[in-house]
Amino acid sequence: MEVTLKIFRYNPETDKKPSYKSYKLDANEMDRVLDLLEKVKGYQDGTLSFRRSCAHGICGSDAMRINGMNRLACKTLIRDVGTRVTVEPILGLPVLKDLIVDMEPFFDNFRSVKPWFITADPEPEKERYQSPEARARFDDTTKCILCACCTTSCPSFWGSEKYVGPAAIVAAHRFIFDDRDQAAAERLQILNEATGVHRCHTIFNCTMACPREIQITKAIGEVKMAISTGILD
Amino acid sequence: MKTHQFEVLVVGAGGAGLMAGLYASRTAKTAIITKLYPTRSHTGTAQGGIGAALGSQEEDRPEWHTYDTIKGSDYLGDQDAIEFMCNEAVQAVYELEHMGLPFDRTPDGKISQRPFGGHTNNITGKPVRRACHAADRTGHMILQTLYQQCMKNNVTFFDEFQAIDLLMVDGAAAGVVAVELATGEMHVFHAKSVIFATGGHGRIWEITSNAYAFTGDGPSMIMRRGLPLEDLEFFQFHPTGIYKLGILITEGVRGEGGVLINGKGERFMEKYAPKVKDLASRDVVSRAIYMEIRNGNGANGQNYVYLDVRPESVNKYAAADGRLNLDGTPLNVTGEEILAKLPDIVDFCRVYLGVDPITQLMPIQPTAHYAMGGIPTNMYGEAISDENNTLVPGLYAAGECGCVSVHGANRLGTNSLLDLVVFGKHAGLKAAEYARGASFKTLPDDPTEFARAQLERIRQADGTENVFDIATKMKKIMFDDMGIFRSGKGMQNALEVIRDLKRRYQHVTVTDTGKIFNMEMMNVWELGNLLDLAELTTVAAIARTESRGGHSREDYPERDDKQWLKHSLAWAREDGRIELKYKPVVITRFEPKLRTY
Repeated sequence: MEVTLKIFRYNPETDKKPSYKSYKLDANEMDRVLDLLEKVKGYQDGTLSFRRSCAHGICGSDAMRINGMNRLACKTLIRDVGTRVTVEPILGLPVLKDLIVDMEPFFDNFRSVKPWFITADPEPEKERYQSPEARARFDDTTKCILCACCTTSCPSFWGSEKYVGPAAIVAAHRFIFDDRDQAAAERLQILNEATGVHRCHTIFNCTMACPREIQITKAIGEVKMAISTGILD
Repeated sequence: MKTHQFEVLVVGAGGAGLMAGLYASRTAKTAIITKLYPTRSHTGTAQGGIGAALGSQEEDRPEWHTYDTIKGSDYLGDQDAIEFMCNEAVQAVYELEHMGLPFDRTPDGKISQRPFGGHTNNITGKPVRRACHAADRTGHMILQTLYQQCMKNNVTFFDEFQAIDLLMVDGAAAGVVAVELATGEMHVFHAKSVIFATGGHGRIWEITSNAYAFTGDGPSMIMRRGLPLEDLEFFQFHPTGIYKLGILITEGVRGEGGVLINGKGERFMEKYAPKVKDLASRDVVSRAIYMEIRNGNGANGQNYVYLDVRPESVNKYAAADGRLNLDGTPLNVTGEEILAKLPDIVDFCRVYLGVDPITQLMPIQPTAHYAMGGIPTNMYGEAISDENNTLVPGLYAAGECGCVSVHGANRLGTNSLLDLVVFGKHAGLKAAEYARGASFKTLPDDPTEFARAQLERIRQADGTENVFDIATKMKKIMFDDMGIFRSGKGMQNALEVIRDLKRRYQHVTVTDTGKIFNMEMMNVWELGNLLDLAELTTVAAIARTESRGGHSREDYPERDDKQWLKHSLAWAREDGRIELKYKPVVITRFEPKLRTY
């Protein structure tokens, strides 16, 4: 079948402003959008620039807006999006070239919630014990691959980069609800600031966008609840 | 050109690079440069588990892990290094847990373990639960956890800086030249110690589980500086890649009771490995799948077979094998339990195949997966320069780009994650220790000369050849003639094709003349690495007239310990010649014997 990719193009070295270019190519319905981007780059326009690595939805490199939805290009098949496909960079982060955005503000927000394990207890000789139930409590948020699909689909983040965004809250959630970690209070305080969870208006774009199917809005709700009640459960 | 100075420079931010950076930074001024963001590294795609004889659920011992690894390596692994790794494994896994890694848990709260190919109870010969897991995303958890620890400890990162040359002064490592992708600018990283942790080169093959990033950058840089690469002829094909796409389906599926089924509906591994069946070593299982296909037993007459993890099949074959729960009750798994243990596998099959593994069979074929060979090192990650194990001062390697060798001719599943944690750590420690006693070498006036020349040659080429065509032809010939089964004739054919492609590569150019994120330029440079490594791999494979582990020759079907119980070292000489030398395998306690599963 013939597929038309309409791709956002912008090269700051040569272009005054961004434009869209269309590329027609032969494809089949099981092709990934990433496969087609590679084909365009290989045979039609070598200057097309985008990030990619694992090509099966785990490394999180190729988050893009595909027909208006934030998706991973490697996890989006032509059969899911049809034969006329518009590909644009994710929103809310500065475009550096074509589909490549500046990820630094995203990672700054991520780092701001202290997404690392904190405990004052001495290390036991073997492992710390944890019940399967306690482990299951935060399982969902351990799946995050930091692709930024969620954060850059969030209108509150579009409104202000200062909002830490869903991905950072997911990262915090993973530690807040891990019963081995002891810095929940510290993280809840960070997320209780004006840049934190209160900017979430439960729009659910993040949950819809997540390629890992993390229940992000639910996780944010649990963090909000923990802030207002002071109880972790 | 910008210049930076660090005592220790790590290239690559997957598991090995992060571990090395974490340890080196404790005592030395350290930076990690990576061509990706650290969390994009290929470690994140490892699924099934990390091997360590914790004995959480049943008796296990590091000695058994050691023996299984030696046997798995088809006796090409160095036994002192393997013993070292397997002994360190237990503490390494506890250390990851102490860093917060969310392993799955047993009912009594310990780290949960599952069976994996080639890992056995050495007394009964039955599969043992040795793979410590976090669902089917263990690598993701390791990568995230190590990155978290690096952030916590303020390790310095240069994200999206692509290394393209190793600087050597008087035979010692002196730094690295890298391109900052966002600006196209060259940076010189002047260092006392350089640790390569750049990963594998599985993009040489058509069907591969490997990321686009796996282009053998580290080994290629080493090779161009006149240093040898070890055991390149040994490359692992994982038995279960998604048909046509090559996406990895973890061995953990079989660890959880899944079985391989041919087109006639037969569980064929019983024929090839009567004792452990579907949990034999990867080389054995991949060959069995090919034999089935060759004998006309592929599914629908095609070149694939099925992996079956439907709960009714798992329970049926568990009963047939006498596999019980640990409390002695019969196995009775449900679809929900399979989904909970293998969520990503289920997701991959649904997304890429439209198949639901809980109710349907997964079409699979072997997929290029792991480089057993690479930059030769000793068991502390110190790079060596010849068959006498002479050290290269200041140079280290760890993870898939390195060759200790602990994997020999065939790596056991779960040992790659173990390798990068153990040897990443020791490379980091050794590099920092060396840096304490060393001074910065004086760099040449223009340290970027060789790096610039490489890129300039690409820029200046006449552009009559297409880079994608060359890559496609390389991958196809390497999969067909340098894959699971090899022959002298086929490999010779592959070598001629690769050499022709190398000539054509001289005429590839880039259309992107810009500086900012010129990914085309970097991709062309990476293809050059793959072609060079494909050639070296093929030459080393042609020379080895035996079958061992992942190197399986139809014209020499037997292992030949008299002639070939030795590691290869391959040099790419300046005149284009490839020189091979050999060094002995370290044998300590386990004399090579016939390998059956």
